[in-house]
Amino acid sequence: MNLFGTPMLAQSDIPMPESAKVHSGSYWFPDQASAFAPNYDFLYMAILWISVVFFALIVGFMIYFCIKYRRREGVGPEPSSSHNTAIEIFWSVIPSIILVWIFYAGARDYFDMRVPFDDAEEIYVTANQFNWKFVYPDGDVSKELHLVVNRPVKLIMQSEDVLHGMFIPAFRQKMDIVPGRYTYAYLAPNRVGEYRLACTEYCGEGHSRMRTICQVHTTEEDRKNTTKWENEKHVGWVNGERLFSINCSGCHSIDGGVKTGPALNTIWGEKEKLIGGEEIMVDENYVRESILEPNAKIVEGYGPVSKMNSFQGKLNDKEIGYLIDYIRYLKEPDKFPGRDAQAEPTTATAEEAGTAKPEKPAETENSIDTKTEDQDN
Amino acid sequence: MAVVEPEHGAHDDHHDHGDFIAHHFDNAEQQFDSGKLGIWLFLVTEVLFFSGLFVAYTLYRVLHPEIFDQAHVFLDKYLGFLNTLVLLFSSLTMAVAVRYAQLGKNGHVVWYVLGTMVCASAFLGVKAIEYTHKWDQGILVRSAFDYHAGHHEAPAGTLAHTLGVSEYLIYLSVIPLLVIIGFAVYAGIAKLTDKPNASFFSVCMAIAVGGYFVGAMAGHFYMEVTDGGFGGRSEAAAEMMAYENETHSDHEPTNKPVDHHDESAVDQQTAESKVAPYQGPQPDEFDQDIGIFFSIYYCMTGLHAIHIIAGIAFLAWILWRSILGHWRSDYFGPVDYVGLYWHLVDLIWIYLFPLLYLID
Amino acid sequence: MATAAERKKLFGHAENNYLNCTKGIKSWMFTVDHKRIGVMYLIGVTTALFLAGVFALVLRSQLWSYDNTLLTDKMYNQMFTLHGAVMVFAFIIPSIPAALGNFVLPMMLGAKDVAFPRLNLASFYLWIFGTGFLLFAILSGKGLDTGWTFYTPYSIRTDTGVIYATFGAFILGFSSIFTGLNFLVTVNTMRAPGQGWFKMPLFLWGLYSTSIIQVLATPVLGITLLLLIAEKTMHIGIFDPKYGGDPVLFQHFFWFYSHPAVYIMILPGMGVISELIAVYSQKKVFGYSFIAFSSVAIALLGFLVWGHHMFTSGQSVVVTLIFSAITFTVAIPSAVKVFNWLATMYKGSIALTTPMCYALSFIFLFGIGGLTGLFLGALSTDIHLHDTYFVVAHFHFVMVGGTLTALLGGVFHWWPKMFGRMYNDMLGRVSCLLVFLGFNLTFFPQFVMGARGMPRRYASYDPEFQIFHQWSTIGAFVLGVGILLGFGVLVYAAFKGPKISGNPFGAASLEWQSSSPPDFHNFIHKPILCDPYDFGALVYDEELDTYIHREFMEPSEQPEMEPEPQVH
Repeated sequence: MNLFGTPMLAQSDIPMPESAKVHSGSYWFPDQASAFAPNYDFLYMAILWISVVFFALIVGFMIYFCIKYRRREGVGPEPSSSHNTAIEIFWSVIPSIILVWIFYAGARDYFDMRVPFDDAEEIYVTANQFNWKFVYPDGDVSKELHLVVNRPVKLIMQSEDVLHGMFIPAFRQKMDIVPGRYTYAYLAPNRVGEYRLACTEYCGEGHSRMRTICQVHTTEEDRKNTTKWENEKHVGWVNGERLFSINCSGCHSIDGGVKTGPALNTIWGEKEKLIGGEEIMVDENYVRESILEPNAKIVEGYGPVSKMNSFQGKLNDKEIGYLIDYIRYLKEPDKFPGRDAQAEPTTATAEEAGTAKPEKPAETENSIDTKTEDQDN
Repeated sequence: MAVVEPEHGAHDDHHDHGDFIAHHFDNAEQQFDSGKLGIWLFLVTEVLFFSGLFVAYTLYRVLHPEIFDQAHVFLDKYLGFLNTLVLLFSSLTMAVAVRYAQLGKNGHVVWYVLGTMVCASAFLGVKAIEYTHKWDQGILVRSAFDYHAGHHEAPAGTLAHTLGVSEYLIYLSVIPLLVIIGFAVYAGIAKLTDKPNASFFSVCMAIAVGGYFVGAMAGHFYMEVTDGGFGGRSEAAAEMMAYENETHSDHEPTNKPVDHHDESAVDQQTAESKVAPYQGPQPDEFDQDIGIFFSIYYCMTGLHAIHIIAGIAFLAWILWRSILGHWRSDYFGPVDYVGLYWHLVDLIWIYLFPLLYLID
Repeated sequence: MATAAERKKLFGHAENNYLNCTKGIKSWMFTVDHKRIGVMYLIGVTTALFLAGVFALVLRSQLWSYDNTLLTDKMYNQMFTLHGAVMVFAFIIPSIPAALGNFVLPMMLGAKDVAFPRLNLASFYLWIFGTGFLLFAILSGKGLDTGWTFYTPYSIRTDTGVIYATFGAFILGFSSIFTGLNFLVTVNTMRAPGQGWFKMPLFLWGLYSTSIIQVLATPVLGITLLLLIAEKTMHIGIFDPKYGGDPVLFQHFFWFYSHPAVYIMILPGMGVISELIAVYSQKKVFGYSFIAFSSVAIALLGFLVWGHHMFTSGQSVVVTLIFSAITFTVAIPSAVKVFNWLATMYKGSIALTTPMCYALSFIFLFGIGGLTGLFLGALSTDIHLHDTYFVVAHFHFVMVGGTLTALLGGVFHWWPKMFGRMYNDMLGRVSCLLVFLGFNLTFFPQFVMGARGMPRRYASYDPEFQIFHQWSTIGAFVLGVGILLGFGVLVYAAFKGPKISGNPFGAASLEWQSSSPPDFHNFIHKPILCDPYDFGALVYDEELDTYIHREFMEPSEQPEMEPEPQVH
């Protein structure tokens, strides 16, 4: 059901970031990557063509009348009936019948999208300003959503602060995430690829940056290789980098850019001016305090009340240590071992291990426990 | 909101026309009909204005009946009943006032409108006793709810301590007191400057607002006799609170300090059992607090009280025009309109009273 | 019957009129004359339109490229919030009823004024205060970044000027209630003797339906906003999940008002179009009673469909289904209106003057706006399209393509009546063309991006959408130029245009049986009641260059009686 059949992206020569190269689709639609998508596309095109017919009739008659009955000198309006019950009932009833069909078709497909699957994999989604966090049944955590093709999924979603919305255009699925309750969304990915996932319920300053990727993998092993994280194979700051991207990157930039919170790439060891005029040296204790009690000491320009939620109970001391390492690394990368210093030799083996032992690699027992209390619920 | 005169405009330009018919109306009948329809429509908007709160009430009651079950014992149904009587009586005097206005007997209208106003102020006086008693006990809206049972004495040496009343009551009473003093002073000035109507009006207003102190004293006396209100049910309320704490202690967030300084051992125990650290928002613990009942209670009764105050202002305007002798058998619309408004305000209370006080 | 001299006084250009019967700023500030209040409202809402229009152009400039840094995220959020809030609360809702309605409604009834003139003035001042509070959010330096919907819990968390803005919207709500209440009473009690309900012009049916909604729905918004203020200041726990409240309850309350408010915005527009089509086709409106009742039907059905804004909010499947079903029923009366307008043009004598051009573009744009509503009413398609640019485009087609176009058409239609001077019709039509083209260019690409998954309220976006956004931005500026041109044509006409007499367009409703501009008392004589669409009853008076009801002509001057058009 492609109106013009031409992919729209082809002609655009804008330099694109990596995240943008996930899309093709047709004139009206993004990719079809879900079992719901064909039904949706069919109904959309059906309504579109019904509308086009009606619209063409209306505008056609309008233009025809304007020409045929244009005002001419000395010619008055011709007498004609100003009322005709039969025709008025006719043009009320015919559209009604069409509307009943549209309603029925929409409701039928809607049921498919909202009725639980029997054997769905359950993935916990936690949204906060302005991060996504996905927790898989085996305890892995990721910032992007990773799925396995043809495996139905139930997303169990909760928000830590305000309303958010989970929207994957390629799946034609959307659901609000409401604080104080769980909402659910069902996904039926049927095509491998990377698709956009966006927040659609306005959630504050960084709303438009609350975009991420939904990647559909061919096999469970591929997915596991992407989402697993074994702490022993990485130096501290690399662990910190990962924790940072999941928990902090929504509000803190690492390139000096303006976001909700201060940029963190150059602050280590500097004196920061606080609200109230005091100055404080950014050291281990200050970073730790800011993570656990964001309101204790607020840097000037980010008050009067901090927008940050406390990570008390969500990050343990070891993890805070990794984050401190990472912030130090951003300022003074030379003082730290390179990313691959330890990781490189083990990455390959990890992958081998992944394929060899798909069920549960022994290392996962030591994996960083980034799950929050909430996600255990 | 009700601060705007509901019948505003219907009596336009009466100073230009001896017969009080505005220039754009054809005759008195059209003017009266317009005003009447206008005030009825206004009452419809008032009902819908309150309806939002009634919907919120219904929803929370359906979703959390236990909150309402436990919370209503904090409200004193005898004081509520007293207020119901006061308002019903004021509706009667208002109806009589309308009748006399129809007959053109302005002198009678003055007395019955004054009676209505005294009742309205007395209602507020009783309400002030109820409110301040709750504030003393920390029975506040959801976020500030911090219940501690028992009798609360103001610090020694303060005026409140000498009078044996709540400090909050003193603060609240300053407003009507200032109003009374203001009207009394102005009555004197008007008398001296030979404005008999204004002087008489001011005396009436001082009396009308004085009703507040009648109500407050009656409420206070009742509280003293029954030893702190609850109609002798303070024990029941405390037990209910203890039960509440026990059943929900594992859900209670501890960022709510609980202060049971002079209560029984039961309370001490429950206080101790509530030390689990607050873990951040837990969806299943959200709807456990009876403070929401009092949020709704304060919103509903507070909004109603604002309407009573607005009603007093409208009645004052009717009173003034009665003193001037404006009402005639073919022109009494404004009395009728304000009467309708007043009956609606009563009616809303008639709904509020059972919904809030008489839950069982 | 009247002599030529009398006719000149009654139906000619009046040098002494409501505009100059009293002088000085005070005579305007404290006026209770519905015509002056209408003109002041018109000035007020135009100011709001320009302000919010500038916000819109700033927004569109930011969206020129996918990662533009013209505005920070924060500024962008504030900008779209103020654009929405000012447009909705301060412009569209009062635009047609309070500005045009105020001027025209009593005259259409043959009355001297609305029932409660002082309440009318109070409504205007409440509008000023309410708008002032909304704007104070900017001036206070805090801004407002909640979106015009004030959704909780974000509106409780944010430290921007939510309380000012909410209070402003609350006051504007009462301004709107007062206007509605006034109109309801006026139509009920002050119709000219013999003017039955079905002898009223259809514009009055539109205004009457609108007023019903204003009176019934706006108080709910009032209490909702008060509760929001209480929640924000005291944390009463009604809407804030942190204290046991329910954020979805806020959405229910909010849309219980705001969906009917959509019909507050469009129904008077439809009324205006009914008038314009009839007058400029010189044809009796086809299916009068169907159009009249469809207005009331839309008003009443509008109260039952608020949940269709919340299909993805987590409300139960059954509730969702019911709301979707009722939503489709609203489509029928809307479609009936469009068909009836077309049937009215059939065999007419159609003059493509500026107001008629606006009316025709209304049918075109509202047609698209209405039909795209089908995509959003159907459940499965709405899931995908909800909160995307598709929705943005849909409601702009209805609100701007519908209401704004109708407002412009109506203003061009009644302008000569208001100021007694004629505008340049050719330039007027050019403005209409620019508005039409600019509008389509702005919003049509947004349908495509929405369907392809571009979420709304985004300060930056995926590069694939950039081309659509650029078209949209260009269109927005063309639209802005079109509106400015129309504005210029009108303002020039009001001061320098050629003087014009009472009824230059040959309209048969009562407001045209007066001089231009009208007298302070509206009519010097008792207007002669006739069917508002009986154009056969008018004769052309060459001396005055105006159309006059034939009973005012001397028998010798009356042309031969033509047979009445056949009416069944």
